[in-house]
Amino acid sequence: MARTLYEKLWDAHVVAEADGKALLYIDRHLLHEVSTPQSFEALREDGLSVRRRAAQLAVADHSVPTHDRDQPIADRQAAAQVALLERNCAEFGIEYLTLTGGDQGIVHVIGPEQGFTLPGMTLVCGDSHTSTHGAFGALAFGIGASECGTVMATQTLWQAPARTMRVTFDGKLAPGVTAKDMALAFIRETGASGGTGFAVEYAGEAVRALSMEGRMTLCNMTIEAGARSGIVAPDKTTFAYLEGRPRAPRGAQWEAAIAYWRTLASDPDAAFDHEVVIAADGIAPHATFGTSPDQSLPMGAVIPADDRLAKPLRYMDLRAGDALLGLPIDHAFIGSCTNGRIEDLRAAAAVIGGGHVAEGVRALVVPGSMRVKAAAEAEGLDHLFTAAGFEWREPGCSLCVAMNDDRLPPGARCASTSNRNFEGRQGVGARTHLMSPAMVAAAAIAGRIVDVRQVAA
Amino acid sequence: MTPLTVVAGQAVSLPEADVDTDIIYPARFLLITEKKGLGAYAFADRRADPSFPIGTDNDRPILIAGPNFGCGSSREQAPWAIGDLGIRVIVAESFGEIFYGNCFRNGMLPIRLDATDVAMLRGIAEAGGTISVDLEARTVTAGDVAIPFAIAEDRREALLKGWNDTLRILALHGDDISRFEAAQQRATPWLWTART
Ligand code: SF4
Repeated sequence: MARTLYEKLWDAHVVAEADGKALLYIDRHLLHEVSTPQSFEALREDGLSVRRRAAQLAVADHSVPTHDRDQPIADRQAAAQVALLERNCAEFGIEYLTLTGGDQGIVHVIGPEQGFTLPGMTLVCGDSHTSTHGAFGALAFGIGASECGTVMATQTLWQAPARTMRVTFDGKLAPGVTAKDMALAFIRETGASGGTGFAVEYAGEAVRALSMEGRMTLCNMTIEAGARSGIVAPDKTTFAYLEGRPRAPRGAQWEAAIAYWRTLASDPDAAFDHEVVIAADGIAPHATFGTSPDQSLPMGAVIPADDRLAKPLRYMDLRAGDALLGLPIDHAFIGSCTNGRIEDLRAAAAVIGGGHVAEGVRALVVPGSMRVKAAAEAEGLDHLFTAAGFEWREPGCSLCVAMNDDRLPPGARCASTSNRNFEGRQGVGARTHLMSPAMVAAAAIAGRIVDVRQVAA
Repeated sequence: MTPLTVVAGQAVSLPEADVDTDIIYPARFLLITEKKGLGAYAFADRRADPSFPIGTDNDRPILIAGPNFGCGSSREQAPWAIGDLGIRVIVAESFGEIFYGNCFRNGMLPIRLDATDVAMLRGIAEAGGTISVDLEARTVTAGDVAIPFAIAEDRREALLKGWNDTLRILALHGDDISRFEAAQQRATPWLWTART
């Protein structure tokens, strides 16, 4: 029978079945400092050990400072949390990528760049943006801390099958339009909960044309439509990205893996429970105006009149009929697991064009990982950014979640490449406008939201 | 896990849509590595508003929430914090999916009902009436109206019996897992290299 990619990934991991659910085998588990202290504690309480140590990989990202990496962490709580992860990993035999070892970074950036994430896998992490890894044709989804403990002890989870949704982006993106805009356009159309219960497969010409960085951005944001996983079928772009990565297979195993990975596509006549078709060539650069990622506008449009928007608009200090174009900002953030990869930094740097961050604007560039940072520095991007008045930081989640000392003051208005514009996400009372890296860099230079198509020559 | 069978009492109403887990448990408190006592931080940035309905002195065991409750971040601190306020049942039109699953693992029952039923219960909650939830019978009762609700059978059983997911999988499926692993090592050996 014809099957979707999701169904193929599912079928390949069923350990047992009952009540319409499956006990799914989990191939890989990524851990970070915030969602696992209580998971390890549960293992201790139940006297359990980690079943398959090498299938786990840990890194600290959420609470780490993005400056003075050679110094001990100043914040006592953050220092204790990171130290606890390191201790737990040592006790349970899990590999931990240290803060100074050259491989640290945001958990969803390091998985792929290490080749820890591979096509055909099931992969979980105590973090909702685990959907990112679906860009490789893996079944990847976020879980809670209790489930992290279950995975460590059993390497399995009970799961109910999701319904399937295919989102096809037909045609080509216009210049200045990116995967971030595709994601925001899709979420706007679907709504913040429209994808609940679905596994999304992204398809179509514009998706095939995306780099792995772009596909990761798209899959990353899938959770913002309520769907736990977003998948792209692996192809030669995927294989080229993975070849030679530290943990990717080599030699004969690489050949065998590729042969299998080529079978990972939805069958031509496979049926999806829901289909969405979006004309990629009609997508304009987007930015959010509200406090939910589905509240966004294409550049040029104005905020619609809608009673349900009263509360978010009050928080954002905006009104129906307002345009985002020209709206002054005082902060800019380039980074996160959505847009903190090398291609994102290149795209942001490309629009600087000899300009300087506007007066009164504070702009941060936070690479997604040490490897991204090193690659950017090898290309001289760090000098480009700092000469233009951007701060060049050490890798971490930073202003995406404001758990470290990167935090915005109340009332601040920030152009941000991250994924959530929730109330207080970047600091109590701070206002977030999500957009692509090029849009954020252009806004930082102009001091207000601009249409990147009018900036990029 | 504490078993859940019948929960009865007054309910607190929070009608707002898309209440995400950042609102339920703001990120800056995620530096805390404990699991207990998190009710002190629940809705921390909302409580300054005197009209916000849920205080740290909450004594009502049921929450009537708005649609898409618990969307966003997977942080399990959200159900831990709500549970710490003594809330064991949350009724809403829809839930964030990860939050929904997390509730069960902490002895809490999230119930999906359609908009009309939620509105009816909200009215009772706001009038200070009592509501009774019977997991065995799968009903929410208010006055003389009993509303049936749907719940996956395995989840219902686990809540009723207070089962520990992890121990149950190990007890019932240890051999299945070993068999699966042996087969996978043959079929896709690259997933089983020295480093993994
Ligand atoms: S960058 Fe943001 S979304 Fe990504 S893992 Fe970190 S906190 Fe979560």
